Amino acid sequence: MEAKGKAFAYGDNVDTDVIIPARYLNTIDPAELASHCMEDIDASFAASVRTGDFIVAGRNFGCGSSREHAPIAIKASGVACVVASSFARIFYRNAINTGLPILELAGAESFAKKGDEIRADLKTGLVENLTTGAKAQAMGFPPFMREIMGAGGLIGYVRGRLAAGARL
Amino acid sequence: MAMTMTQKILAAHAGLEKVEAGQLIEARLDLVLGNDITAPVAIREFAKIGAAGVFDKAKIALVPDHFTPNKDIKAAEQCKAMREFAHAMGIVNYFEVGEMGIEHALIPEKGLVLPGELVIGADSHTCTYGAVGAFSTGVGSTDMAAAMATGTAWFKVPKAIRFELSGSPRGWATGKDLILHIIGLIGVDGALYESMEFAGAGVAALTMDERFTIANMAIEAGAKNGIFPVDDRTRAWAAEVAKRVPAAKRPYVEFASDADASYERTISVDLSRLEPTVSFPHLPSNARAISAVGDVSLDQVVIGSCTNGRIEDLRVAASILGGRKVAKGMRCIVFPATQAIYLQALREGLVEALVEAGALVSTPTCGPCLGGHMGILAKGERALATTNRNFVGRMGSPESEVYLASPAVAAASAITGRISDPTEIIAAPSRA
Repeated sequence: MEAKGKAFAYGDNVDTDVIIPARYLNTIDPAELASHCMEDIDASFAASVRTGDFIVAGRNFGCGSSREHAPIAIKASGVACVVASSFARIFYRNAINTGLPILELAGAESFAKKGDEIRADLKTGLVENLTTGAKAQAMGFPPFMREIMGAGGLIGYVRGRLAAGARL
Repeated sequence: MAMTMTQKILAAHAGLEKVEAGQLIEARLDLVLGNDITAPVAIREFAKIGAAGVFDKAKIALVPDHFTPNKDIKAAEQCKAMREFAHAMGIVNYFEVGEMGIEHALIPEKGLVLPGELVIGADSHTCTYGAVGAFSTGVGSTDMAAAMATGTAWFKVPKAIRFELSGSPRGWATGKDLILHIIGLIGVDGALYESMEFAGAGVAALTMDERFTIANMAIEAGAKNGIFPVDDRTRAWAAEVAKRVPAAKRPYVEFASDADASYERTISVDLSRLEPTVSFPHLPSNARAISAVGDVSLDQVVIGSCTNGRIEDLRVAASILGGRKVAKGMRCIVFPATQAIYLQALREGLVEALVEAGALVSTPTCGPCLGGHMGILAKGERALATTNRNFVGRMGSPESEVYLASPAVAAASAITGRISDPTEIIAAPSRA
């Protein structure tokens, strides 16, 4: 599976309060959440992001609250993949569970600048910056997580297992 | 192979003799928790699974605490959806406004977590229950949905960092100052994916309320959980809960780390050298000792939250604010974390002391901590709060600022109108 689009670049510790501020958590509608995505760190994001674009960031992306509204907002805004040096653990888990593609890439914060054209193979983890010509290999996922992602997220995975009569 | 207490709890709940760091396991859950922000998403996802019902009506807790009492129509709709789900599923531990509290103060108070148990909650501060020697961690709504259906969740067994505590806090220094100091040392991702284990002779000096505060903020260092050994204070706490709550009389297991368990690193902290500590905007890791704070004027002080809204916190606040006055132009907002704490504070005269000082005492709610309601900041305003996060826009305007500190520093600062060392107001009492 390949994704290609423009980069939105951010630094370290992009927290869930700036990804989707709590004042908008009185809804669970993905489109409404997307309209406020990244609002407190990048007010122009929601208006300028296009389907297939990338978020590229530094360490500890998604730190803070457990709100799944964060990956939901990013996914609904059309972002094809978040590439970061590391992810906060609940965000990492939520992304896998909800089917938002993420790639952990050492040094991601210096891999792309805002507006760079990025291409990524979500299966192999190969990331290319078509603007600079740089190529890098992201970390792979353990087979169990690939299985969840392959089922479209945790719900699909659990539904399949329950239907098969197995424990989770 | 030697294991940490976190690893032992995970192994026991996975039906395994041993586990090692990095291993993926599926574990049985003793409690699944959600609130009015996260449960609505979980309920939507739960419906997609097609399960006939929840795995155990007594092992799910739903607490409307974030935007309650309902702050607007949309929040009211979310709370209604959660209430109706609880009713339809026959969920025993649904706590309506009037009996509720901030979930991480309420769950231990209601005896819904005991030592050795395993809890997940769709709220990042679920790590609070490590204070009683349980494994607990925050997850998202989809995890919560799957857990409500199956009673299990997947985990990657974490490595651990050991915090070797010695001595006893002096003066106005408390557990809050310890955890802010530690996050300052290791950073907001200093314990990413790992377990923070508090150990050493210094643990005995920390009260249960302080341990709840410390474990609560493990997530602010990126940790999977924070955990304390079970000792006499824990046992006394469990006995007290069992006296009040019949369901909490269930047997519990005390797990202890093996002497030769492996740790990524060990960090020693001498509690007697701690100073009151303040975390500057916009990260909890921007910690400074009170002596290095300088002149920072404030518009608002918030005392409460799942971090510092317990009875000891209110006692400290009232002991400083009692007989004094909140500075002119300052808004001082106090949130007891649960109805029981509120009632206790009333009976002890703490509420009266706080109100006479010019503070507002609110019903329990997460309210301002996450910029929900009940004390939102305008552009350019500055608050000091006993809460847990000071990210951009956390308490309101993205151009406002939040400083994190203990209830003692908060109460003193409410009186002076700027961030203050409590000793400016009154000398610290000696610790019990």
